[in-house]
Amino acid sequence: MADILKRNKALSVNPLKASQPIGGSLATLGFNRAMPMLHGSQGCTAFAKVFFVRHFREPIPLQSTAMDQGSSVMGADENVREGIKTIAEKSRPALITILTTGLAETQGADVHRNVREFKDAHPEFADIAVVGVNTPDFTGSVETGYAATLTEILRAVVPDAKTAGTYPGKRKKQVNVLASYILTPGDLEALRDIFEQFQLRPVFIPDISDSLDGCLTDEDFSPVTIGGTPLSELLTVGDALATIVIGESLNKAAEVLEEKTGVPTYTLGHLYGLKANDALISALIEISGREVPERIERQRAQLQDAMLDTHFMLGQLRIAIAADADLLSAFVDLVQEMGAEVVTAVTSCNVPLLTKIPVATIKIGDLEDMELSSREHKAQLVIGNSHAVDTAERLGVPILRAGFPLYDIIGGYQKTWIGYRGTRQTLFDLANLVINFSHEEIAAYRSIYGQKPASELTDYPPSSCH
Amino acid sequence: MKSTKDIAVLLDEPACEHNKKEKSGCAKPKPGASAGGCAFDGAQIALLPIADVAHIVHGPIACAGSSWDNRGTRSSGATLYRIGMTTDLTEQDIVMGRAEKRLFHAIKQAIDTYSPPAVFIYNTCVPALIGDDINAVCKSAQERWGVPVVPIDSAGFYGTKNLGNRIAGDAMVNHVIGTRDPDPLPEADRTNFPAVTPNFKVHDVNLVGEYNIAGEFWHVLPLLDELGLRILCTLSGDARFREVQTMHKAEVNMMVCSKAMVNVARKLNQQYGTPWFEGSFYGITDTSQSLRDFAKALNDDDLTARTDALILREETQIRKELEPWKERLKGKRVLLFTGGVKSWSVISALQDLGMVVVATGTKKSTEEDKARIRELMGEDTVMIDDGSPRALLKIVHDYKADILIAGGRNMYTALKAKVPFLDINQEREFGYEGYRGMLELVRQLALTIESPVWEAVRAPAPWKVKPQTAAVSTTVECA
Repeated sequence: MADILKRNKALSVNPLKASQPIGGSLATLGFNRAMPMLHGSQGCTAFAKVFFVRHFREPIPLQSTAMDQGSSVMGADENVREGIKTIAEKSRPALITILTTGLAETQGADVHRNVREFKDAHPEFADIAVVGVNTPDFTGSVETGYAATLTEILRAVVPDAKTAGTYPGKRKKQVNVLASYILTPGDLEALRDIFEQFQLRPVFIPDISDSLDGCLTDEDFSPVTIGGTPLSELLTVGDALATIVIGESLNKAAEVLEEKTGVPTYTLGHLYGLKANDALISALIEISGREVPERIERQRAQLQDAMLDTHFMLGQLRIAIAADADLLSAFVDLVQEMGAEVVTAVTSCNVPLLTKIPVATIKIGDLEDMELSSREHKAQLVIGNSHAVDTAERLGVPILRAGFPLYDIIGGYQKTWIGYRGTRQTLFDLANLVINFSHEEIAAYRSIYGQKPASELTDYPPSSCH
Repeated sequence: MKSTKDIAVLLDEPACEHNKKEKSGCAKPKPGASAGGCAFDGAQIALLPIADVAHIVHGPIACAGSSWDNRGTRSSGATLYRIGMTTDLTEQDIVMGRAEKRLFHAIKQAIDTYSPPAVFIYNTCVPALIGDDINAVCKSAQERWGVPVVPIDSAGFYGTKNLGNRIAGDAMVNHVIGTRDPDPLPEADRTNFPAVTPNFKVHDVNLVGEYNIAGEFWHVLPLLDELGLRILCTLSGDARFREVQTMHKAEVNMMVCSKAMVNVARKLNQQYGTPWFEGSFYGITDTSQSLRDFAKALNDDDLTARTDALILREETQIRKELEPWKERLKGKRVLLFTGGVKSWSVISALQDLGMVVVATGTKKSTEEDKARIRELMGEDTVMIDDGSPRALLKIVHDYKADILIAGGRNMYTALKAKVPFLDINQEREFGYEGYRGMLELVRQLALTIESPVWEAVRAPAPWKVKPQTAAVSTTVECA
């Protein structure tokens, strides 16, 4: 439905986009005892690490093939093999992903061959899953990098139903959940709770709620992820009742999984808003064959009540959103359900989902594009990541912080957006921003015949509401 | 792309102690076991604080996308440095050879939108590999639009962050410094300072490697104003392009705290004969020493006398204010893990407070630095070369350290192991420089060391502790 406006300027100003290797790393970090290694120069890894550390406020396992002048020009095959071997020897992880960068791809690296060579040369490390993924940063975004990496991990690790002897429904409570990057650790925890109320056991793939949720453990230090989806779970995903996919970006990964296992797939775009969550609950009723638990009925009614309370603030509200496609789509649905108007939609790269998002236009661009468009359309509220805080300030409107990265608040990674309860809280947050900051007041008028005290005439207060 | 020869020349820094050691200061990183940034990272850190310049990162998104607007440096006015700019190269640009053209238009767009006094172009890995000639693009853009466009050829794979610092310094010396003479001395309002002495003379000086993290240099700048030291430029905290241009006219340069841009001091010395010295504004002792070194280098008796008076006044004042804090921090044991020169500089600040430094990192330190550390801490000082999280935590436990002071990268290493921590690097949010900075330092140290949370997170949950006496539980119920 949306018209896609492509990039039309040479310089990207205040980028919205984060790179594919960042997305690939995030997907990897959702597996237990995992280590992502970026195939590029040291800086590629250092920057990605800082990016995550600032967002999650956690130590982040991330390695580099450390390409230098020599290997950039003469070939870096040895860097890849040596890097894998070093990690394997030092930390013996369950999973190593090798994610290419722009540098490696421009040079013409073939990590898949390197991985094969490593496996042939080192049968002693056969228990470690080593997966190469093409994630150059000159194309795509966090979203595509995340999806590609998840797809490759599934392709490499999940066994075919025939060879593994799995069949759908063998495990009567298990449901696989392919989780998009838009689901926070807080979201996944809430989602697990919903599944358990239907007596179902969700297997999140990947599960950053277990690995990046800010948990203190008894262990002082671990070089690889603690928590996350155990790779052993992937061996039995073929026994699940169903697979629920959250996020259109994961369609390809879902296809691979279904092809391998034959487990039926339910696709949900996101879990923001009443409709989206109704779709989830309907799917769970179908899969579990159970009634809707009373608690969930009650939460739904609470959300409906909150929708009534907040529609005064959110109705006709002119909103600007800057986010990758899955998240953009989620927020558009959420605010449109409340009668708000999305006047500006900016995203970082072109993906098939965009044309289906029900807004007039979507700009492939940066935060400068959002700023200009918001100004033109008199946006009253901005939804975006921490980088957009300055943008909102210049626009003089409040911001709801969402997406990646969130570095200027504590606990942003843990916020629960989804479910009836998460949606209700999001509506409250949005409404509070409007109440506190951005409702439009009538400009005071002074009669030319008035007899207000003279002192009021000189320093007339600006018409501000806070 | 820089040739291997160009890089070798940059690595060979006669003014750096590492040159004289057997192994080069910049050892080859090991794939799968490396940490730290790249040359682009270093170049950007070094120059991004120049606040009114349009900083354009020429490359695909990863270089700028995950790093823009990520510095603790502060500006007193211009804010253009906080606007992230990148050519965000696409596959098409790279395959079809359109990257140079995009860069050219990007420069125009930055000039049209923001009218900056100059544009800096940071070259990164991909354009370096495909052979973009950024020098030529910058040159023709500058001719076309009449705004200085400075190439900073800093592809990540050239080497480490440290090399990037040097590349950045080199670019300033080659393209910017010496292109403008300083403004005439302004009529300054000195009402807040003691009356000037008859022989009072204002001297022009530079600081190299001062990044004004969290605005900490503003603790020191009023003192320099009082002494009549005009800072032509701090390379690069709170600097402006027009200030960098005038650096050649200083009478003396101070290398602040780090040898990262020592090539700038050396080259200014070679080309303009400007003497330089190395100093630090961390800690009372070092701050005073740096002020004295200025007076000494400038060879001005009046300045020397006024400097001594100022030091006496400031030291007396700050020591009085620190007294109650010293009581609280005295004897606390510190594991200090910072790179290079910062080690000795911070050690003296901590010793000023009566704290005990049990061990210090020396991975990036030169032999000279190490000698200095021994002088400060005694012969049997533990020097740490292995900075891995495991090794650090072991030393914390073995030497019963009360706190780990290190860069932000190690913050979560400490916190996850439930060890108090203080961030000493670039990204921190508090300023520790100068006499006044010591107050912030003690506040932050006490805040973490004395915090009640350590007990709360270290103690096991009550139900995991064996009950000692059954009677205790009844007392709780009356509350």
